[in-house]
Amino acid sequence: MNLLLLILAPLVTAVAALLARSKWQVRWISFAGSVVQLILAFVLLFAFQNERGTGNATQMLFEQNYNIFPAWNINFHLGVDGISVAMILLTSFVVVAGVLVSWNIEKMTKEFYFLLTLLALGAYGFFISLDLFVLFFFLEIAVIPKYLLIGIWGSGKKEYSANKLALMLMGGSALVLVGILGLYFSSGHSFDLLSLSKMNIAKGTQSIIFPLLFVGFGVFTALFPFHTWVPDGHSSAPTAGSMFLAGISMKLGGYGCLRVATYLLPEGAKEYANIIIILASIAILYGAFATMMQKDLKYINAYSSISHCGFVLLGIGMLTKTAITGAVMQMVSHGLMTALFFAVIGMIYDRTHTRQVSEMSGLMRMMPFISTVFFIVGLCSLGLPGLSGFVAEMTIFMGSWENADMFHRIATIIACMSIVVTAVYILRAIGQVAMGPAKESFLQLTDAKWNERMAAAILVIGILAIGIIPGWLNELLKPASEVIMNKIGAK
Amino acid sequence: MNLGLQIALIPLLPLAGFVLLGLFGRKYLKKSSGIIGTILLLASTVLALYTAYEYFFVYGKVAGAYQKFVPLSYTWLEFSKGVSIDMGILLDPISVMMLVVVTFVSLMVHIYSLGYMKGEERFPTYYSFLGLFTFSMLGLVISSNLFQIYIFWELVGVSSFLLIGYYYNKPSAVAACKKAFIVTRFADLGFLIGILILSYSSGTLDFNTLISTLTSSGTGQAKAVASTFLGASAVTWGAALVFIGGAGKSAMFPLHIWLPDAMEGPTPVSALIHAATMVVAGVFLVARLFPVFSITTPGVLEIVGWVGAISAIIAAIIACTQTDIKRVLAYSTMSQIGFMMFALGVSKYGGEAGLGYTASMFHLFTHAMFKALLFLGAGAVIHYIHSNEMKDMGGLRKYLPITHITFLIACLAIAGVPPFAGFFSKEEILLAAYHNNPAIYWIALFTSGLTAFYMFRLYFSIFWNKEHHPHGEKQSEGGFSMMIPLILLAIGAAAAGFIPFGKYVSTDGTVLESHFDLQFSALPVAVGLAGIFIAMWLYRKESERPGKLTASIYSIYKTAYNKFYIDEIYTFITKKIIFNLIGKPAAWFDKNVVDGLVNLTGKATAEVSEDIKKVQSGKVQQYAIYFLVGVIGLAVLFIYIWK
Amino acid sequence: MMQPGLYHLLFISAALFFIGIYGFFTRRNLITMLMSIELILNSVNLNFIAFNKYLWPHKMDGLFFTVFIIAIAAAEAAVAIAIIINLYRSHNSIDVENAEELKY
Repeated sequence: MNLLLLILAPLVTAVAALLARSKWQVRWISFAGSVVQLILAFVLLFAFQNERGTGNATQMLFEQNYNIFPAWNINFHLGVDGISVAMILLTSFVVVAGVLVSWNIEKMTKEFYFLLTLLALGAYGFFISLDLFVLFFFLEIAVIPKYLLIGIWGSGKKEYSANKLALMLMGGSALVLVGILGLYFSSGHSFDLLSLSKMNIAKGTQSIIFPLLFVGFGVFTALFPFHTWVPDGHSSAPTAGSMFLAGISMKLGGYGCLRVATYLLPEGAKEYANIIIILASIAILYGAFATMMQKDLKYINAYSSISHCGFVLLGIGMLTKTAITGAVMQMVSHGLMTALFFAVIGMIYDRTHTRQVSEMSGLMRMMPFISTVFFIVGLCSLGLPGLSGFVAEMTIFMGSWENADMFHRIATIIACMSIVVTAVYILRAIGQVAMGPAKESFLQLTDAKWNERMAAAILVIGILAIGIIPGWLNELLKPASEVIMNKIGAK
Repeated sequence: MNLGLQIALIPLLPLAGFVLLGLFGRKYLKKSSGIIGTILLLASTVLALYTAYEYFFVYGKVAGAYQKFVPLSYTWLEFSKGVSIDMGILLDPISVMMLVVVTFVSLMVHIYSLGYMKGEERFPTYYSFLGLFTFSMLGLVISSNLFQIYIFWELVGVSSFLLIGYYYNKPSAVAACKKAFIVTRFADLGFLIGILILSYSSGTLDFNTLISTLTSSGTGQAKAVASTFLGASAVTWGAALVFIGGAGKSAMFPLHIWLPDAMEGPTPVSALIHAATMVVAGVFLVARLFPVFSITTPGVLEIVGWVGAISAIIAAIIACTQTDIKRVLAYSTMSQIGFMMFALGVSKYGGEAGLGYTASMFHLFTHAMFKALLFLGAGAVIHYIHSNEMKDMGGLRKYLPITHITFLIACLAIAGVPPFAGFFSKEEILLAAYHNNPAIYWIALFTSGLTAFYMFRLYFSIFWNKEHHPHGEKQSEGGFSMMIPLILLAIGAAAAGFIPFGKYVSTDGTVLESHFDLQFSALPVAVGLAGIFIAMWLYRKESERPGKLTASIYSIYKTAYNKFYIDEIYTFITKKIIFNLIGKPAAWFDKNVVDGLVNLTGKATAEVSEDIKKVQSGKVQQYAIYFLVGVIGLAVLFIYIWK
Repeated sequence: MMQPGLYHLLFISAALFFIGIYGFFTRRNLITMLMSIELILNSVNLNFIAFNKYLWPHKMDGLFFTVFIIAIAAAEAAVAIAIIINLYRSHNSIDVENAEELKY
């Protein structure tokens, strides 16, 4: 399969959306484009599995390499492995759902969909590029639209949030850029991921560059203590913006931490692994406790995202094959789950015009569909078996436990403890919002419309597909994490 | 039929019911959902009974002992070589027994609910949740893999949550379902860590391999025993933590607080989940890993025994004081599970010493019958009276004759009066305790006296005493659908004791002859009868005796009535300590310190640039001065410093 | 009568330069400031000519530069006066203090 299609599809969609003449056309064009992306992602998955099935064990499949700037040795190098395929699938799911829930946006519809599609374009490009320069280029493409999405279509203190988010993410990408340039100059002028991975970079250099790259990408994925853009950014963003932000954008960071920082700089990773684990454990438990105190649904999900993304970093820091597989699973699972969570919050907000948990009660009666989805997503968040969160978390726990020393054990137990705290805050929210006596003023509210039902259904299917039959995802990711682990070598 | 498929169908049929009714029930199957669920479960029950027949009488026994079979196994998620979650079926005497118990009680509840829940708005939802629960519980009992049991463990937890919260617009039900889920979840944390420890020490998650690695002396066991933490080996820690999970699900002290509140759910649900099946999952778990528990030093079984005994007596004391009939039954459940638990605790692995194990499983079996019967009977009473409170009841024996008789049978069974089922199983438990741990034996003896007392207090208060009758004319007892399960379960409660249980269920699969010793039995029966007579004296007719009695021991009564203030302690810990001392500071820290630092960076940058921007004054002459100073500075620099 | 030497010329040039600088910094009237700038330019011209005459008398570089500077100064004066006229039209004054819209 030609990977350029994955960039072209959103590009064509974005341009077509700009040329469209009516809101109606914009919506349908974007929807059609997102469906095409979803189909492409599935085609990619099957082509990938087919290729692997025939015994092609090359690290990256469907590679393409164009030398676009010989002077600096920049190549437009594309290719995918299992991890990228999983992330692309995640992105395409979230994009379809995001387009569907934004159906009723009336303010500057054209620009809104254009920016959404642009963000998706950045994400696809990021996940398939094998050249650090191109990768960074796509990373930045994915950052800019967020600022506008929040600043224009947001709510609450949107200017503050948009500024904070853009500045913190830009700060992160500045670190990434410095790190990439460091790699470029210490490796004899190469941006190419595959050739960099074959070089032996001096240990001293690695221990300088690794923290730059890891913290830089870590800002994107809510690495403690650089996570404070998450609650403000999510709570001010429009529904689709939150979904993209949490479902796609935070995963860019996790993917970068793994693919760029850890994979290219194994010595650095080993050196800083313990610090990563400490920060991740803090994020997991402290994020969960902080969530317990939140009263706004979006803040609840934003803080719980910090906690859940802590699992991703914990899995990476544990440096075992199982844990890294689990970390990627957690990225996919959390992406689907949190996108669905924000979609549900958006649906509830559109009807009740409040996000304060205490002002809601008994929505189950008026909105059985939305409440059921809310239950499902809540249970997924607290790690119920049969839903994706459980699979990912357990894989991380099992992988973490493979490290036999007391330090790793304690970190794992701390991470395990979060499942109780998660249950507390999720059930408090569900109990207050969906259950209880119905409020008088809410009795007229209606249940989800077709577009909302479709968006929710797509994400629920994704969650169930991982939760009920996790084998395929596991098989997809294992070889890729094995490659990373082989590079890292024995601890 | 293929054996694996045949057994796999047993849990899958209720699952099909869940999916079908969950997706289409509300719109298309409003009326027929009950029938659909019941028929699917009937098919499961038939399959389960057939499987039990085949296992016990056709092929289960090899070389004089019942074997463990794994007729089906499917790798669900592989972590690393050898360590994987397999969805499989493990057939051995206890799993087969549990299959029968779960499907039978569940079928009874399905039939009963056709009448009891008739006219409910969310009727299809109710049946789909029942299907989910039955599926999870059946999956739990046939698990062949430690992680598989954890998966279904969580699923029964969530179905229990959903069913307790069935009346979602009642705030008390919402609070109860949250409490049940969170308390058991807390216990599951222990279970999860236990799984991690055990799987790491044995290098597998498969029950058979795990047990054989850890119990037969070899490198696996040596490794697991050698790695110690705080003086106990990895296996001990693993087993103890797994037991915490079991204790949470089985409502053992001090993790029992969720069970009485769980009575907010519909009564048939209480009968199924919170009496007969889910709450004994903890006992089942300990039984499943019994060989591992039995090799731990210092003995985890010792802890199991004492936790069971303490729970049994505390629950029995509280049960004597409660006035809500479902709560009395809930505490009685907890007390009876305590019996099963300490029976395991006083047991040893293999041969005669394994009597406690057999007794525990036997009691689990009989208890499922009579406790489900008690709950369903209580349901019939509540259905008739529309109240849970004892004071609203009395003299109902004339109006509810079938309920009355079946309830009496169940009370006799739980009180341990021969020849009803409870007598046989309780005798074996007491006998096992007597031989292994006399202290527990005396506690248990006292508790069984209390059991007889509070059960008959309940019985006399409902069916005798002063007549309370809210309805003007005589109402029917409830249809056939409600009476048939009562009668069937009553037959079970009366006759289940005659099953020679030791022949089928024992620690190592060999036959264990039951010891019926008249001399030994005399004392427990006498204690039980004494309890019954005291209850009769106090409650048969309306009198002032109970009031006087409680007044004379008022402080003890009040403490017991308030459940030893354990709920208050929990509230204190969660509200005051976890919320105020951890949650609030964490949120404060995040908002003020972490976010504060970010904002401070922003603010500092803004302030500095505010100062710097004043340089750009717009005054041409100022610029000229800067220019001149710059030129002079550069001139000085180049002429004198960088010569 | 004493021939003026290089130093005399340089002295005059420096004096002109500093008078120009002083005028530029202290006057608020734009025309006066423009005149100060002309003084500074002329001091530079004087320097060029002086150095040309006394150091490399057979070369013409200094003279050429001077001619250039005079030409540029004329052009610059035209532009400056145009700006000043425009400023006067919009502000009704040619006081620099009144024209600080370009700040920040």
